[in-house]
Amino acid sequence: MARAATKKLKKKTDWPVDVFRVLKDADVRQVAYVPDAGHTELINLCIADNAVRSVPLTAEQEGVAVLTGAWLGGEAGALLMQSSGVGNVINMLGMANECRIPLLILVTMRGDWGEFNPWQVPMGQATEKALVAAGVIVHRVDDTDRIAETVESAARLAFDAGRMVAVLIGQRVVGVKDWTK
Amino acid sequence: MATSKTNNFATLQRRSVVHRILKDRGDAAVVTGIGNASHDVASAGDDDRNMYLFGIMGGAAMVAFGIAVAQPECRVVVITGDGELLAGIGSLATIGVEKPKNLSILVIDNQAYGATGNQHTHTARGVDLVGIAAASGFDHTALITDNKALEAAMDDIYKKPGPYFAVVKVMTKTGSRVTVPNDGTRTSRRFRKAVAGEDA
Repeated sequence: MARAATKKLKKKTDWPVDVFRVLKDADVRQVAYVPDAGHTELINLCIADNAVRSVPLTAEQEGVAVLTGAWLGGEAGALLMQSSGVGNVINMLGMANECRIPLLILVTMRGDWGEFNPWQVPMGQATEKALVAAGVIVHRVDDTDRIAETVESAARLAFDAGRMVAVLIGQRVVGVKDWTK
Repeated sequence: MATSKTNNFATLQRRSVVHRILKDRGDAAVVTGIGNASHDVASAGDDDRNMYLFGIMGGAAMVAFGIAVAQPECRVVVITGDGELLAGIGSLATIGVEKPKNLSILVIDNQAYGATGNQHTHTARGVDLVGIAAASGFDHTALITDNKALEAAMDDIYKKPGPYFAVVKVMTKTGSRVTVPNDGTRTSRRFRKAVAGEDA
């Protein structure tokens, strides 16, 4: 059953390249990230680019602080993380909110479409509500072909309109984890 | 249970320590942690290159890191408390790995949460922040307990390649409360203009 669902939801792998191009066009210079299967390709593209400072974090809340500092220093940044870590960033978002720091956060979803691990479900299902409650504008995308344009819209809202914006990339797109492989 | 150690042995006063450090700041950018550290810095005179963080615990070091990466020619100095740093202790591991050369972190360590009734922080019970920083990859660290060591640290704070990390042990006694600019939208824009320029 799990295997069949996974096959049907087989992920496409070209969207990270398009998203990376969007980040470059937005002149993103600092990318803070935590390890994440869904973001692996995008993280690797960032690491390979010498014009981007890629910063691995011990936990997600450090990333909101890094982006705050990046903006204070005149640069744009982005945070790559998983829905599992959204609970960690809420307190730090209060700082970004009070200071009206532009934030671009790309969140790959767990506890979502076809999830097999019950421990992922509570945070996954609370992700959008928690971010909205903290003052973040949330764009959700479940269609591979629309990820790049959604990130582009989010980048404009963040860096041009000065807002905190998160793009939630659905599990339907990033794929369902299959531990049997 | 770990024994509690009071900081009765400390002889330095936090406010005079912070004023001494800021006297040599030049064009350095300063990020302050919530609480007494912000009051100590503001009491030396407000400055466009001061960013006072006033509402969160554990973010000062990483905010300063982001600034340091964006402005590699600008020295960025964190002045914060032991409680604030402990709340974001993972930051030391991240900064120790990234090694920004223009970042200095100064912990004004009174071994207590001064804003909430002086409850002990973990440094009062033996947690060694200098040891944690050194083990995290900071090549230059110091434990400062007297004026002589404080004077000797000035070059490390402002001139020598970092990242630099120092703990200054101070008495619990605080200076008087001063008005700290607390409108984050205003102070952040003022700071950005001063540090990154008009065009940023």
